Amino acid sequence: MSKVVRQLLPFATLAILVAALSALEPDTFLTTENFLNVLSRSSVNGIIAMGMTAVIISGGIDLSVGSMLALAGMVGAGVLLKVGGPAAGAWACFLGTMVGIGTGLLCGLLNGTLITKLKLPPFIVTLGTMSAFRGASYIINNSKMFDVPMYTFLGQSTLLGVPVSVLILAIVVLFGFFVLRYTPLGRYTYAIGSNRQAAFHAGVNVDRNLIAIYSMMGAFVGLAAMIQTSRTISAQPTAGISLELDIIAAVVIGGASLAGGRGTVVGTIVGTLLISFLRNGCTLLGISTNIQLVVIGAIIIGAVALDQIARSRADTP
Amino acid sequence: MNVGPAQTVARRQTALRMTGISKRFGPVQALCDVTFGARAGSVHALVGENGAGKSTLMKILAGVYQPDAGTIEIHGRSHTLANPAEAIEAGVSMIYQELDLAEHLTVAENIFLGAEPRGRLPFTVSHHQMTAQTRQLAERYHFDIRPDAKVEDLPTGDCQIVEILKALRRNASIIVMDEPTSSLSERETVRLFEVVRQLRQQGLAIVYISHRLEEVAALADEVSVLRDGRLVHSEPVRQLDVPRIVHHMVGRELTDFFPQRNATVGDVLFEVNGLSSEAGVCDVGFAIHRGEIVGMAGLVGARRTEVARAIFGVDPKTAGRVTLDGRELNVTSPAEAIACGIALLTEDRKRTGLCLQLPCSWNITLPNLAQIGMQRLIRPAQEHRIAAEAGARMAVRWAGPEAPTDSLSGGNQQKLLVARWLLANSTFMIFDEPTRGIDVGAKAEVYGLLNRLAEQGKAILFISSELPELFGIADRILVMRRGRLVGNLTTKETTPEQVMHLAAVEEN
Repeated sequence: MSKVVRQLLPFATLAILVAALSALEPDTFLTTENFLNVLSRSSVNGIIAMGMTAVIISGGIDLSVGSMLALAGMVGAGVLLKVGGPAAGAWACFLGTMVGIGTGLLCGLLNGTLITKLKLPPFIVTLGTMSAFRGASYIINNSKMFDVPMYTFLGQSTLLGVPVSVLILAIVVLFGFFVLRYTPLGRYTYAIGSNRQAAFHAGVNVDRNLIAIYSMMGAFVGLAAMIQTSRTISAQPTAGISLELDIIAAVVIGGASLAGGRGTVVGTIVGTLLISFLRNGCTLLGISTNIQLVVIGAIIIGAVALDQIARSRADTP
Repeated sequence: MNVGPAQTVARRQTALRMTGISKRFGPVQALCDVTFGARAGSVHALVGENGAGKSTLMKILAGVYQPDAGTIEIHGRSHTLANPAEAIEAGVSMIYQELDLAEHLTVAENIFLGAEPRGRLPFTVSHHQMTAQTRQLAERYHFDIRPDAKVEDLPTGDCQIVEILKALRRNASIIVMDEPTSSLSERETVRLFEVVRQLRQQGLAIVYISHRLEEVAALADEVSVLRDGRLVHSEPVRQLDVPRIVHHMVGRELTDFFPQRNATVGDVLFEVNGLSSEAGVCDVGFAIHRGEIVGMAGLVGARRTEVARAIFGVDPKTAGRVTLDGRELNVTSPAEAIACGIALLTEDRKRTGLCLQLPCSWNITLPNLAQIGMQRLIRPAQEHRIAAEAGARMAVRWAGPEAPTDSLSGGNQQKLLVARWLLANSTFMIFDEPTRGIDVGAKAEVYGLLNRLAEQGKAILFISSELPELFGIADRILVMRRGRLVGNLTTKETTPEQVMHLAAVEEN
């Protein structure tokens, strides 16, 4: 299997899946409405997966994103209600959104700082903060959720017929693509993940770049948290439990290597959509969610197995 | 110790005889018709420059490599030694420079690793027996070591004792020690010598690889010199003549692929005084002028790379002043060093040089994004062009700048690194073993390049283990030994023998 085939594999799988579902359910699946619905549902995961792509390329991992999602949502919604009250206006909503994003950013900054300054493995640090952030999100409102019925713009409104959340996802994807491809930060991310020592010897400020990557991850989670809050018009301390696994799965299906140095924004978004369409298709076909879990699990293993086979063939010509 | 008649006989017997051993790796003839032996109850030292073939010969004995030609006899029986297990079975044990012990296990567990005595219940190990047998073994050879100590808590010297005990537990009759003292303190070295003498007394054959001739004089019964894959000299140590050994180690004609040196030497560009680092560099000071190529010689453990690392901000300095172009620098990271105009071409291109999965062009521009005006925004088309030019200047053979770096051969990867640092346009450049593992043609290109860089007025520090190339290209040669600068010689006024003497012989 050539390198090109390997890179096209996620696309091909997605295309086959969409074609198959279109053939099976032409009336319900193959509609603009359904597609926009799937994209809109993908927006939260897609945005977080962009951050996770950079983290995984750098050779790291962030297990805390699910808890961070809950915490950022709770803080953002809490501030929104505190400032605007039950009938908060646009200004309070905007402020709440910014605070939510800022909370995520700070959480990411904390992860990045602990990882670099204490020289701890990202797995351990984010395993710890996964628990801590979850606890904090329960503490904020005594384990209760915040209702924000007026907070509908990000998750429920449309612009020119396209859901705002989908537009935001598109902007984040473009942003992620730009950062990884056209900025030194992106370049250094690949270098650190590929060979951290070599990057250091080539003058890359490894710590500063890693902190930037984890902070960016956090800001994306904050943004996703506010979209999630708006979609459900409530912030819930239980939001995003086991979300990290879905996100990592999407990134890995997209061709990123957990060993670092490899991964693309395009691959990740394909991986995210693959999981979303699969869920959607299963629902339309009346396949139970229990079976969906099994199928998604098989796809994760299958995707990585195919990739490994392709790579070992490429290594021994 | 009372040596009985039986042992006296055993001591005279030939334990090991390797005859006509040849080994080729691709284009490199690593060993050519080498005949080497060792007697029971004696220490046979094997010396030679880096890359002379000592390690290859010993890896053949350990069953790691298969010889292309030649035979191996152990205690009079012919052996093929198809793998390390067969070598161990035949009584050969290797103690490598990098000890391979399981750090988290105890001394006894390491010694019995893979051959644990069974406990009373199935699938269990008898720790009691393991500890008792280890203690017995240690007592028999008068080693002072606690069987239940964790290996990670032991000093390096004791780890070597554990390796030796492991060998003895396997009933080794031939023990090969590869540069055993390179990471030992003076005191540990003295103790290791005691241990080796003890083993000799017990009738083992010891092959002792070392660069340090004073150790050879102190310890060995016989010495053999390998050079360029051939065994060129053997003599009993009783009549050891150090200058003769040094001559045999070096004795090579300087070939004429070195460029004519025309650079005019200007004022001092780089200077370091009293440099010490946590990695064992001790009070090193030297200066390099514009247009000057200064070589740095030394053997394994001389801490030459560590000098470069301290200057480049990789290892923390504990003392020392560094000035470049009259400006005092306080560099604490490679990023700062690069910004000040220092480049370091590291010796280990896989570990500290290249990001092998990434495209060649990315590796070329990695430290140079500011240099090429892309510190904010990378313009791939322009980057591609710059990388293609940089690669072409070094005649890198690749499918193109976008080719993955690991698709290049070793020599071309080395050229890629040189291309990277040429692009950096630094004023002071350190080349750490730039010709290691590349063919003769590529070496000549590197020498020509060093010469051209010097002609441009750069100062160059050229670390190398090959004396001929130091003598062929360097204006001066610095000699390091055990972290200290022991010689600062003008190339024209010195000889390879003198450099080797400084590098290999401890002055008292």
